[in-house]
Amino acid sequence: MAKMIPVPSNSIIPERDLDKKPILETCHLGIDFGGLTAVDDFTLTVGRTEIAGLIGPNGAGKTTVFNLLTNVYQPTRGTIMLDGVSTAKKTVAQVSRMGIARTFQNIRLFSNMSVIDNVKVGLHNSIDQSLFSAITHCFGYRKSEKKSREEALELLDFFSMADWADFQAGSLPYGAQRRLEIVRALATHPGIILLDEPAAGMNPSETAELMDNIRKIRDTFHIAVMLIEHDMNLVMNICEGICVLDHGKVIAKGTPDEIKTNPKVIEAYLGKKKEA
Amino acid sequence: MTFISNLISGISLGSVYAIIALGYTMVYGIAKMLNFAHGDVIMVGAYVAFCSMAYLNLPPIVAIVIAMIACTLLGIIIEGLAYRPLRKASSLAVLITAIGVSYFLQNAALLIWGSTPKTFSSVVGFDSISLLDGKLIITAESIVTVIACIIIMIGLTLFTKKTRIGKGMRAVSEDKDAAELMGINVNVTISITFAIGSALAAIAGVLLCSAYPILIPTTGSMPGIKAFTAAVFGGIGSIPGAMLGGILLGIIEIFSKSYISTELSDAIVFAVLILVLLIKPTGLLGKKITEKV
Amino acid sequence: MSKIGNKIKNLNKFTLTNIKAYSIVIIAFIILFPLNSRGMISNSMSGLLVPICTYIVMAISLNLTVGFLGELSLGHAGFMSVGAFVGVIAASCFQDIIVSDVLRLIVSIIFGGFFAGIAGFIIGIPVLRLRGDYLAIVTLAFGEIIKNIINCLYVGIDAAGLHMGMTSIEALGMTNGRIIINGPQGAVGITKLSSFTAGVILILFTLFVVLNLVNSKTGRAVTAIRDNAIAAESVGIGITRYKLTAFIVSAVLAGMAGALYAMNFSSIVAKKFDFNTSILILVFVVLGGMGNIVGSIIATAVLYILPELLREFSDYRMLIYAIVLILVMLITNSEKTKQIKEQILLKLSRNKNKQRQEE
Repeated sequence: MAKMIPVPSNSIIPERDLDKKPILETCHLGIDFGGLTAVDDFTLTVGRTEIAGLIGPNGAGKTTVFNLLTNVYQPTRGTIMLDGVSTAKKTVAQVSRMGIARTFQNIRLFSNMSVIDNVKVGLHNSIDQSLFSAITHCFGYRKSEKKSREEALELLDFFSMADWADFQAGSLPYGAQRRLEIVRALATHPGIILLDEPAAGMNPSETAELMDNIRKIRDTFHIAVMLIEHDMNLVMNICEGICVLDHGKVIAKGTPDEIKTNPKVIEAYLGKKKEA
Repeated sequence: MTFISNLISGISLGSVYAIIALGYTMVYGIAKMLNFAHGDVIMVGAYVAFCSMAYLNLPPIVAIVIAMIACTLLGIIIEGLAYRPLRKASSLAVLITAIGVSYFLQNAALLIWGSTPKTFSSVVGFDSISLLDGKLIITAESIVTVIACIIIMIGLTLFTKKTRIGKGMRAVSEDKDAAELMGINVNVTISITFAIGSALAAIAGVLLCSAYPILIPTTGSMPGIKAFTAAVFGGIGSIPGAMLGGILLGIIEIFSKSYISTELSDAIVFAVLILVLLIKPTGLLGKKITEKV
Repeated sequence: MSKIGNKIKNLNKFTLTNIKAYSIVIIAFIILFPLNSRGMISNSMSGLLVPICTYIVMAISLNLTVGFLGELSLGHAGFMSVGAFVGVIAASCFQDIIVSDVLRLIVSIIFGGFFAGIAGFIIGIPVLRLRGDYLAIVTLAFGEIIKNIINCLYVGIDAAGLHMGMTSIEALGMTNGRIIINGPQGAVGITKLSSFTAGVILILFTLFVVLNLVNSKTGRAVTAIRDNAIAAESVGIGITRYKLTAFIVSAVLAGMAGALYAMNFSSIVAKKFDFNTSILILVFVVLGGMGNIVGSIIATAVLYILPELLREFSDYRMLIYAIVLILVMLITNSEKTKQIKEQILLKLSRNKNKQRQEE
């Protein structure tokens, strides 16, 4: 496992990423819904090729953090820097184009479209095709379609899904749907990919495969991965830096070993011991 | 003075829209469907009341009761035969079916009652009230319409808040499946909703035709569309919203007719609707819907 | 890599749909055209040919909004109306400039489509921010507004050029001019330029645009927005832009159809393009199948002719039409028929799997 080095934001990032600009930096990020503070003072730095974990009990605000990072919610306070650029006042689509991709807790595939078309939609912004060539099917249409098909198949092949390319996405088994969501997210050529409970509903062998895949994603595409997960075995095995959230606040940051022994974390998960 | 008399006729017309809109809004809130045939139920109600009065020489109040009973039965039958089998179908499929029912009612009325307009005699027994030496005349129909509207509004609010069935209706509109698990019979609840909506439609039909006494098989369709607009205007699914939307729509329509242009009054009504929806996308009193990510 | 090569070679299902759609239209034309030109079709049927073509174009274009974009539009006839009246004005303006009838028809149709597209743009920007039923009611409202405005529109032409007003013909102050649109009486004195051939060509053009669009980057974005708008946004697709694109393309095609339709008659009123017409087109689309172009064509043709075929039932025909409509919806959408359909599909896919294993 990589050596983790502290950085100014009170986070740690892998030593290999230290001389590069971090992919994601958040500073005192917070959001209120009505009067309720859902996330507060969320400060985190993620290294360029880091696999980071975001854990916490149910309702801690983990998915809300993902929604903040992708601008689905506009933050009430604080800033998000994606690859050194602020994402304030950007739309979800613009933030996606800036290099952040995600999957969803409850799978959100384009279920009536074929598997390959799902990936092609992911490739959307890298396909060079004007409306005019789309309507006429001439003037570079064939070239751009062929290129996107090849790229999509290559990505699918990477996750051994190329055989399913022409199946309807909604008809895939559950595990494959989760994988397809990751492929679609990767197709947007992100700098960081956010996975929201990627192992939910998977059996141990599928989870093991998923862990390999996540490492493969980082090593092949040289991008950062940030994941929300309840499967502690997975988190402790593959994450380099872990951030623990409880009641919308960061209660601990550190390496898996540090987190495992942190009394605050144990308290958040198991409840406070009654004082005698 | 014309301003006040316009205001009164606006409120009166609006009250009719409001009563019709209540039917739309209740059905939408509970069955999540746009019942396009609702406008035609109004027409049927008016015809039934007309026949009871003109051919059977029954007193107006009995005619209204008969019309209400007829429309209630019609509403339950339509729901049971045409909409119930499609409970889990796409909303568009239900919409088209409702359009089919609307065509059916219009053409059945055409066969039964013919295309010659019937002149509806007012159900209101007393004369118009003349105020300020005849400068301000309030028609008896307006007074009755507004009072009926207020009574219905209060009655419905109490019904949904206090009674068992009313609470069941609210539960079904929040979450059909959860309500079913709590032992509420969803099918019966929806039937009751249609029954109430259709009975209100009968009242609206009679009131509408008392004020505008020409009755043809398509009498219900334009008021139906406008009342639907009113329901959306106020926030579809909300009972006070339907009321507010209906009355505002009536006032806007009468005012634009008398101050701007008769031909363009409908365009103005719809333009105001669009403006409201752009500022408040779920209507004046509608709940904000947020999709959970 | 050889696996990938095979996949590219395979004909995809879009190609099949394309062939089906084009061939249906062309075959129908090949059969009907000689019959029509030799007067072997009854007069009433022959008069329906251009309207059927128009409504097929309307249904295909509405299918783009409803089937592929997934937004319910109840004001499609409004765009048809804009196209119809702009087309009539254009045809009238170019009467002396463009001598060829065919060319003048084409120019008028293009004008109709262009202005309907502008209307689509103006309407689309606010409308597409709304969702579901609210969007439906606003499109309905726009359709009614367009109808109302055209109902009050007076247009005439004289040596000085085009005159427009909202009050009366006299107020236009024309000298020796020709009236084109006369308020509630609508467009009058239209030169009949449309023909069955023109209608079929417009259908083919519509098919070309819609089928190509659907099977492209833009089409995929539109379908993705329909399936899951949040996910589409998360992969960087600008929702408004693509919704608007689909909406405008649909409006342009409807405008072109409108122009063709108007120039099939000597006069036409704005009331023709009211809410009921929008609903009629929607019925064609839904019965033909959402997102099913071939279905739209067949449903339109059948349903448009149906009242004509039911003529012998005279008074009962619209009643029968309504009952048929309800029954078809019940049969195709109820729970029971769905279960049966699923069972059949399951059996079919099992058989396919067996065949594959045997191979």
